[in-house]
Amino acid sequence: MDLLSFARGAGLKFALAVFCVGVVWRIVAFALLRIRRDLNEPRASMLKSVGGGLLAVGSRSWPHPEFIGRTGAGEALGYSYHLGLFAVVLLFGPHITFFGSLFGVTWPALPSSVITVISVLTFTLFLAVLFRRVTHPVLRMLSNFDDYFSWFITMLVIVTGLAATAHVGGPYETLLGLHILSFDALLVWFPFGKLMHAFYIFPSRAINGSLLARKGAIS
Amino acid sequence: MPHRDEDLTVGEMLRRHGISRRGFIKFCTAAASAMALPPLMGPAMAEQLRNVRRPSVVYLSFQECTGCLESLTRSFAPTIESLIFNVISLDYNDTLMAAAGEAAEAARTQAIHDNFGKYVLVVDGSVPTGAGGGYCMAGGKSAVDILGEAAKGAAAIVCVGTCAAFGGIPFADPNPTQAWPVTAIVGDKPIINVSGCPPIPEVITGTLLQFVSTGKVPDLDEHRRPKVFFGNTIHDRCYRRPFFDEGKFAKSFDDEGARNGWCLYELGCKGPTTYNACATLKWNGGTSFPIESGHGCIGCAEPGFWDKGSFYSALSNPAWGKSGEASPTEVLRLAGVAAATGVAIGAASAAVSRIRQHRQEQQAADNEPKGG
Repeated sequence: MDLLSFARGAGLKFALAVFCVGVVWRIVAFALLRIRRDLNEPRASMLKSVGGGLLAVGSRSWPHPEFIGRTGAGEALGYSYHLGLFAVVLLFGPHITFFGSLFGVTWPALPSSVITVISVLTFTLFLAVLFRRVTHPVLRMLSNFDDYFSWFITMLVIVTGLAATAHVGGPYETLLGLHILSFDALLVWFPFGKLMHAFYIFPSRAINGSLLARKGAIS
Repeated sequence: MPHRDEDLTVGEMLRRHGISRRGFIKFCTAAASAMALPPLMGPAMAEQLRNVRRPSVVYLSFQECTGCLESLTRSFAPTIESLIFNVISLDYNDTLMAAAGEAAEAARTQAIHDNFGKYVLVVDGSVPTGAGGGYCMAGGKSAVDILGEAAKGAAAIVCVGTCAAFGGIPFADPNPTQAWPVTAIVGDKPIINVSGCPPIPEVITGTLLQFVSTGKVPDLDEHRRPKVFFGNTIHDRCYRRPFFDEGKFAKSFDDEGARNGWCLYELGCKGPTTYNACATLKWNGGTSFPIESGHGCIGCAEPGFWDKGSFYSALSNPAWGKSGEASPTEVLRLAGVAAATGVAIGAASAAVSRIRQHRQEQQAADNEPKGG
């Protein structure tokens, strides 16, 4: 069995299975955790608490006006590479065909040249993100193996994808095999590392916002 | 002056047939051009060939469909007639030769005996080893035995077609006849693989001509294929390649993209992973090739091409399941089982966490100083 056959065959099947098991496992474990009962008198109704939670999802996703000078650049960087990733993953023709064969649904693609430009920009932003992480004193202290490995594995998918599209660095079958294999690795790592924030980020913001709203604070 | 045809040099044979030196140089230049060799190689090849004795070629057919031989008979440069009448001495081929039965078998034995150590053995078809070799017998002998006998005295073996080169369709899962490529049976001879299902006729004749004229095995790739023909992917030389680079893909065989000649990648074309000369030499005297006719490459020149998933699924698509590609139903089944497993593990880990939390709380309560 060659690399490409393994990567898009048994390797991908295994990775998808691990991804599904891991994501559901972590979500269920999180959902079933016991929440300590708040015995305080609620300062807001149940409806306001839920509203506060939803409000927090929006307000926490935008820089606070008071701190925008300090956090704005970092957040702009974060948003930019996330948008780049979404565009490359979801709007590249061969990727749509890939998802179509998995889920039976397809949608219009962006021209490959546009995707290539976005990919190169995303790649550059990824380098900038790493640079910021290792040079920012607080971020550096907060970072651990999980952060760097999650960065590395995502970057690996971008680099191998660019190489496969441009046919640079080896035969196409090897480059495509490495690209899909790196994606398989990302799927396996996803539920057990910080990439899981894709599932946790909004619920956790909503829960925090809701708890705060119950106490009378507005996010 | 030699009398027997097989003792004549190629030059003598050509003179006998009234072919001029100039005509032969033109023929060799055309052949060299087909092989993408430098222009000066034509006259050099002609000179070399004129002085060599026509090499004996023994052509064995095993587990095959005769498509490769059908392809060979349609060679334009050189034509099969000029090849077998002027350049080589085709001493055995059970389909083309007039003799049959014992006379044919005797011709093979005679050719092997008379040219021991010097003849070129061409093999077409895979070699079945199941049932004691009983799936493919000729003259009471199994393909394994015939190949073993013929290979002993061969100067080189040319495996024509994907079946002989890599096992081909007989080798595909579940390989009921336990078929093998020649390389798995013969290990001590120079072997040149000319893969394809069938191979391009000019690639077969060109490879034979190159070996005959130089006496050397050409530069081969990791699958023992001549680099001169198998050095590039079909995708690299495809006239639709610019559309791939632009991201213009046909979505079905009859849509506007297909009519405009857009790339067939999303329709399953295996051109990017298939090394062959289809896009440059083309077929039927350079008329066209499958992609030019509107169908994607099926990757027939590559090892295991039959077991690499659907011909109509893009190379980047998941490839598992009975049809060779992942269907949404299969994905749903996989996700369902995985999700159920995830729920079970998640619930168990939450239960363990709650028990631990409960114990910690009790411990904290026990440690609290009692009032009174």
